[in-house]
Amino acid sequence: MTLRLRTRALTAMAAALAATTVMSSHAQAAEEVNVYSYREAKLIAPLFAAFTKETGVKVNVISASSGLEQRIKSEGANSPADVLLTVDIARLQDAEKAGVTAPLKSETIDKTVPAQYRDPNGHWTGISMRARVLYVSKDRVQQDAFTYEELADPKWKGKICVRSGQHPYNNALFAAYVVHHGEAEAEKWLTALKANLAQKPSGGDREVARDILAGKCDIGLGNSYYWALMHDKDADKKAWADATKVILPTFKDGGTHVNLSGVVLAKHAPNKANAIKLIEWLAGDTAQHLYADTNYEYPVKAGIAVNPTIAGYGALKPDTAPLAKIADQKKTAANLVDKVGFDN
Amino acid sequence: MPWGTGFVRRPLLRHVVAIAFVVLLVAAVLAPIVSLLVIALGSDAAIWGHLAAYVLPSALAQTIGLLLGVAAITTIAGVGTAWLVTAYRFPLRDTLAWLLPLPLAIPTYIVAYIYADLLDAAGPIQSGLRAAFGWRTPHDYWFPEIRSLGGAIFVMGFVLYPYVYLSARAMFQMQSASLTEVARTLGATPWRLARHVALPLARPALAVGLSLALMETLNDIGASEYLGVRTLTISIYTTWLNRSDLPAAAQIACVMLIAVMALIALERYGRGNRRFFVSERQPRLVVPMTLAGGTGWAAGAACALPVIIGFVIPAGFLLHEVARRGLLVGFDPDLLRHTASTIALSAAATAVAIALGLGVAICVRLVRRPFMTALLTLAGIGYAVPGTVLALGLLSPLVAVDDAINAGARALGFAGPGLIVAGSGAALVIAYVTRFLTIATGSMQAGLGRISTHIDDAARTLGARSQELVRRVHMPLLRPALGGAALLVFVDCLKELPATLMLRPLNVETLPTYIYQFATRGSFEEGALAALLIIAVGVIPIIRMVRYADLDIGGTQRRKPSAGA
Repeated sequence: MTLRLRTRALTAMAAALAATTVMSSHAQAAEEVNVYSYREAKLIAPLFAAFTKETGVKVNVISASSGLEQRIKSEGANSPADVLLTVDIARLQDAEKAGVTAPLKSETIDKTVPAQYRDPNGHWTGISMRARVLYVSKDRVQQDAFTYEELADPKWKGKICVRSGQHPYNNALFAAYVVHHGEAEAEKWLTALKANLAQKPSGGDREVARDILAGKCDIGLGNSYYWALMHDKDADKKAWADATKVILPTFKDGGTHVNLSGVVLAKHAPNKANAIKLIEWLAGDTAQHLYADTNYEYPVKAGIAVNPTIAGYGALKPDTAPLAKIADQKKTAANLVDKVGFDN
Repeated sequence: MPWGTGFVRRPLLRHVVAIAFVVLLVAAVLAPIVSLLVIALGSDAAIWGHLAAYVLPSALAQTIGLLLGVAAITTIAGVGTAWLVTAYRFPLRDTLAWLLPLPLAIPTYIVAYIYADLLDAAGPIQSGLRAAFGWRTPHDYWFPEIRSLGGAIFVMGFVLYPYVYLSARAMFQMQSASLTEVARTLGATPWRLARHVALPLARPALAVGLSLALMETLNDIGASEYLGVRTLTISIYTTWLNRSDLPAAAQIACVMLIAVMALIALERYGRGNRRFFVSERQPRLVVPMTLAGGTGWAAGAACALPVIIGFVIPAGFLLHEVARRGLLVGFDPDLLRHTASTIALSAAATAVAIALGLGVAICVRLVRRPFMTALLTLAGIGYAVPGTVLALGLLSPLVAVDDAINAGARALGFAGPGLIVAGSGAALVIAYVTRFLTIATGSMQAGLGRISTHIDDAARTLGARSQELVRRVHMPLLRPALGGAALLVFVDCLKELPATLMLRPLNVETLPTYIYQFATRGSFEEGALAALLIIAVGVIPIIRMVRYADLDIGGTQRRKPSAGA
């Protein structure tokens, strides 16, 4: 390396160093709202673009898959976070327990969001729902209605595919099972379900459809929107969806397990007014339609139509077990998964 | 060397600055670990009964299996290819020499997704086999399962072997030719030569490369989870997220950290005081022998295989996806911004890490006491914890700095500036440096280790002061090691995902976080273009460095044109 080159490299590095310190997240300027999101930034971009267009409030986002409530907690009083957006009831509850939430008093929210989908004290609010459904082989499974309990029936031995039992989606479903039947019954069910698996849990929800297409198994658990996304939005994976049909299973004594994506108002929100504006907007018609049609989720607001592909699954009868109770059983469910060696 | 040390052993007081620098740096690097310990103390030990009964037996077995498997592949592929391209001439050798490090540029979990896509039951290979042989379902035949421990070993082994390749090659190239020539004259077969001469000499460098590859393996989360391997790191996540028990997760992380540090110490101890220096006068390099005919082509094929598995196939897959999905036509303009942020952050972190690594290694060299070597090892502790855990540990110290700045500003009558460290790119630079410092210190130390301390002593005798010694003796000799370390740190920063996810400022994406958004939604292919951009940005410095390192060989060959063959 010549001297000139080295100088140039040094200059470039110094410039880079300077550039990074300019990248500041400290955004409290005029009309802004800062969102910490468990939803992928790219996927909620259209939603926030619509909000900005309507209200003139700019939305700044960071998205991550874990640790955001710890980040807000550590940041303390100087935290730029206004709103935390989650895709799992457990994260909503963790945020509340971490003490990073502020109670939201909003008539709009109280009117739009059914009571079972929000915290009675206003610490979190559900915005949309996803159901934990079955993808089953069109050719090889004739049955059209299932209960979650039935998945443990020995007649499905070697026929079931599923991702890790510790994945938050399965963890919440198993926790709901504990709420319905108690820990001992849940352990029996998990043991029997494990015995029915065609293979060791791996992959994601889409791989369940893929494995059914390949003939590795006949039945699998997946979230409601994945199938619709494969079917409508991804030419490559349409074949995976086409090999399967979606069944909305229910608990014997209840409905279909749903999980919430929701929002939290941050305790030290620097742009509190805009944060409330955003939360109310997310529960409003425009956003609820976007949730239904671009994200393929079930809108939380009554009277908003679900996407036609999702409607094709049949009418959703959401389980009525309180979500907060389900979140309380997550730890039990996680321990049971370890105990029965579900993932081994 | 044993009495050489005593000869210039100078009073510690003369090195106050050097010692203070190293101690301060180690304190800074330890801050996140200390904050992790504090978190770990926030819970009783209740979790360990459950873990011992149901989690540890299988998680330990899977983790150890994974580590052993990856160690075997990275060592065989890394050392084998490095020895072949250094000691022999065969078809395509020069091309392969710079192609071999390229798998470094692809994030491991992306390669895992790609191989699962290609090799699982619905993939093109098995579908083709079924069509060709008239099989109806995967139950009609046997095919190795990619989503398994074996699959994870395969993927990680062939992505991570370049760590071993690079350190082994650097060492083989620096080895004095005289030993090899003596062995050859005495009739050593190529196998005995490699085993009894080259390998033992290369052991310190191998230990560095292998420990980097294994720590990457241990801390991986994306590939392991997707391929269905339940490692200890995965149990940290489960404990944290499903049991909502961060303190217990921190406990597991701390225990893992202790185990890793113990293993590193054990290796050092096993290596003992053996040190090997480059000849002080003229380090003549090994002259490659020509492998003719079939043997030559076999060597070429052996070196091509890891490149094909670790780079050509994954990169080809990504190119194919970019073309098929029209990602270039529908180019996402944000990608340019994300590429710029990624390069800026990585370059800044690389500059800081190399400067600090060099500083530490030189201070350790000047002071020449065992406690300094121990401090140097501690400075590398950041690499031994999973990225997310490190980021969690960093949050509190970073905010503490901000709080102090804000309190100071208010005391002076200004408004507090807010989170100017924790909330800016500085947090990421600090995280990268903490995480990858060991690469810099390790390479610098290995590089300095090859310069005999007699040279220092001679310079001292001639009246050179510390600064002069460093500037006029160490720095010129260290250049290849500097380049290698800078490359590794830069490429590792380019690919860093978990800490970046948790610590980046609002509205900032790097290429890996951009890809991750699609991957978590189950369609990583839509991030194919971003993955290719990481490769493109990473490949340029890799090629530069390899060429730079190879200049030496060209020189040797010119000097001794007839010695080969």
